[in-house]
Amino acid sequence: MVVYGVYIVSKSGGLIFNYDHNVPKIEHERTFTYPLDIKLINENKKIVVSFGQRDGINVGHVLMSVNGNPVVGKELEDGTDVLEYLNKPQNFPVTLKFGRAKMTTNEKIFLASMFYPLFAIASQLSPEPRCSGIEVLEADTFRLYCFQTLTGVKFMIVAEPSQAGMDILTKRVYELYADYALKNPFYSLDMPIRCELFDTHLVNLLETVEKSGISNV
Amino acid sequence: MTVHNLYIFSRNGVLLYYAEWNRLNKSGITKEEEAKLMYGMLFSIKSFVNKISPLDPKEGFLYYKTSKYTLHYLETPSGLKFVINTDNISQNVRQLLQQLYSQVYVEYVVKNPFCQLNEPIQSEVFKSKLDELIKKSPIFLNRSL
Repeated sequence: MVVYGVYIVSKSGGLIFNYDHNVPKIEHERTFTYPLDIKLINENKKIVVSFGQRDGINVGHVLMSVNGNPVVGKELEDGTDVLEYLNKPQNFPVTLKFGRAKMTTNEKIFLASMFYPLFAIASQLSPEPRCSGIEVLEADTFRLYCFQTLTGVKFMIVAEPSQAGMDILTKRVYELYADYALKNPFYSLDMPIRCELFDTHLVNLLETVEKSGISNV
Repeated sequence: MTVHNLYIFSRNGVLLYYAEWNRLNKSGITKEEEAKLMYGMLFSIKSFVNKISPLDPKEGFLYYKTSKYTLHYLETPSGLKFVINTDNISQNVRQLLQQLYSQVYVEYVVKNPFCQLNEPIQSEVFKSKLDELIKKSPIFLNRSL
């Protein structure tokens, strides 16, 4: 039973709340000799594996550290360019750590606003009249549940594909939103939710669901 | 259970084939415009799924469901995209898409020297075989019956 995260998107498509619940950390460290047996490229200010996946290091993974020194963007902390560093045979053997890139807050906001038109187009392309937008979206690694309220706020839950009862959970999160965010006099509508009570109740809710199933909430 | 319509896109986003069986709602735009909209949406969903996925995705996007219909998606490693809209209770649609690819597309388009790849499919035999496959599948059940 795993819930990966909760997102709340306002009527206008802005991300007003995000909570990462249980995101697994994927990191692999390995010692390499010259020349590297994987192909690295510089993409979006990151060093990314573009070809040659092995030992758990997959295409799309980001270079996180070189010999234990963290990589910032495409440089080491002391300012050396990583790709140039890895092109010099005298720097080998070298220990590299790769991992799946964690989403930054900016990327999450970007994704939330990207979901908004997808939701609208899905209802426009419908072969049946009077159709809602996307309610469930499934990929091989996760399932996304989306519940839109009458006022247009979207509650989204990303969970394991086998996790049942998540549509009920979205409605429970809506209840918490109505109780602890909307009744908070310091909360203004369509702004990011920063209410401690909401946070704690949400974490409790997710934990109960994971421990004892959806039937107990 | 019913099958609404089907789109086949090439790896470049060209609409290779479109067919519809039970479609009540017309989107109000031309077929070409609709195909572009559909391809654009699928392209965005693909990158959305890749970013939001907590683990490394393999097949990526499989389907989405709305209150009235379900869109099933199959992409081959060569970039060919099969999209089929059914109602929400249909089962094993992915299997049908795979059959469609291996038993109809490969047999009657790839093995037909007169069919240009990456161009809309004109072949009559492809059309009839595809129609036959969809109509004999248990998912297809005409509403008028």
